[in-house]
Amino acid sequence: MSGLELLTWARGPGLALALAIGLFGIVLRVFEIQALGRKADFAKARAITPGSGWRTIVSRSLPPPGMLKRAPLTYLGGYVFHIGLAIVVFGFAPHIELIRGLFGIRWPGLPNLFVDAATVAAIAAMLAVLVGRLTDPVKRLLSGFGDWLAWTLTFVPLLTGYAAFHHLMENYTLLLALHILSVELLLAVLPFTKLFHVVSLFMARWYNGDIAAKKGVAA
Amino acid sequence: MKRPAANNIGGALSDAGISRRDFLGFCATLAAAYALPTFSVGAIAAALEKASRASVIWLSFQECTGCTESLTRSHTPTIEGLILEQISLDYHHTLQAASGAAAEQARDDAMRANAGKYLLIVDGSVPLGNPGYSTIAGVSNVDMLREAAKGAAAIIAVGTCAAYGGVAAAQPNPTGAVPVSQVIQDKPVVNVPGCPPIPVVITGVLAHFLTFGSLPELDDLGRPKIFYGESIHDRCYRRPFYDQGKFAENFDDEGARKGWCLFKLGCKGPVTYNACATTKWNNGVSFPIQSGHGCLGCSQPGFWDAGPFYKALSMPTTNAQKAAGIAAAAGVAAGAAMAYANRRKKAAAKAAHAPVKVEDLVQEKKP
Repeated sequence: MSGLELLTWARGPGLALALAIGLFGIVLRVFEIQALGRKADFAKARAITPGSGWRTIVSRSLPPPGMLKRAPLTYLGGYVFHIGLAIVVFGFAPHIELIRGLFGIRWPGLPNLFVDAATVAAIAAMLAVLVGRLTDPVKRLLSGFGDWLAWTLTFVPLLTGYAAFHHLMENYTLLLALHILSVELLLAVLPFTKLFHVVSLFMARWYNGDIAAKKGVAA
Repeated sequence: MKRPAANNIGGALSDAGISRRDFLGFCATLAAAYALPTFSVGAIAAALEKASRASVIWLSFQECTGCTESLTRSHTPTIEGLILEQISLDYHHTLQAASGAAAEQARDDAMRANAGKYLLIVDGSVPLGNPGYSTIAGVSNVDMLREAAKGAAAIIAVGTCAAYGGVAAAQPNPTGAVPVSQVIQDKPVVNVPGCPPIPVVITGVLAHFLTFGSLPELDDLGRPKIFYGESIHDRCYRRPFYDQGKFAENFDDEGARKGWCLFKLGCKGPVTYNACATTKWNNGVSFPIQSGHGCLGCSQPGFWDAGPFYKALSMPTTNAQKAAGIAAAAGVAAGAAMAYANRRKKAAAKAAHAPVKVEDLVQEKKP
């Protein structure tokens, strides 16, 4: 199978398969979590603070007082990686074309130089947090297979995308195919790994913020 | 077929009114293409001038004659064209005056007289599905290829059909079309793909053979690296617009008029390796992207089956939305089933729960 054939498979059946598995998993897990069924809360709210759930979604992304100093690598590394990844995914013109091809929505892309810088920053941040995780005895103890898997599945698309764009290896077509396939793998396993936080984070934060507000600790 | 009086290329070019300045210019282009130093221009010129007229047999199988048209009609007269004229093109059933038995006799004679030395050029794919799908003088393409390849010094597969199967081999490949390299595996085969290939690329490979007596270095797809070493995208004059994020969204929008990048209109330049963006076509006048149309990727294997021509390279080639819709519906159904199972489990656990009474408790005695 040549690089172009692999690329064609990745753009066709591969994408459909990954999208189907990913979407199936996401819908299944969201539905399952929602249907777990908490008992109805009949208690009167201690304070009326509308929007606490929504505010918590944002506020939980900010470090609690003192934490930025205590764990700078975790916070700064996390910010640089997540923001960098968002710029790469939603700012690179070919990525926007993919989204347009799938969902019909589009927006202007960013210049390649900017996207390139974001990619380098995201890769560097990922490597830094990996070293942090490996060298910190507590983090290392807390890390399981799922954590290493999530890191690898996220890192490979960034690396292959960067290598393809810069022709770091001989065959651009093959690298592009591998890049798309690595993203498809990420998409397919996303609902069944810790990567599901991409979706569940918003649900969990909203719920925590909302219930905390009812108990009088509004965000 | 017209034959010049001179028996070497130098004399023939002179007879045809090509000045030495023009000839050296052509040699300098070749030297640059092959990344040779300036002083090698004289050596190339000397070798080409003295080169005896190599016998060339040109076989056309499942093809559209576009490759021959590209070479002979693109511009006249050119040094490239004349160089080709100066080789002894002993058989080419479209160009030769003879037909029928006389034509086949010319091929037999050339093969016998130049056994082991002649160049075999092939355009078109070879049908293996049924030998009767394509025949010349009653001989199937595959038999003629095998016979002609036996005495050839080297084989040049001209055009994407001969190099990779091309349009005939596109799905569902009704004739069982295969490229030359799949039939002939004991001889060097140089692929010069393109639909059609660039004339100067064809003559460049011939000139290399005539000058150095060997074939140029090939890539992993059997193409000369000098012409197919870089992608169209990397050599495209519109590349800066790609990097700036400036794209034509439509064939007649402002971006198209300003000559912005055609990636969003389906240009396959990033995955296509050819010399279009550097040598260009029609004597260096233009190439498809310069004319406002994206690259189709015609020099790549299987390009007919590599997705729609007008969809960006990063866009899905199939109806992925349908699969996604079905999967989402299945997810809802599976989620509902799981929710039901979870609730039943919860209810069963509640029902099975037996309250513990004080009398059930036994005090453990310490040993």
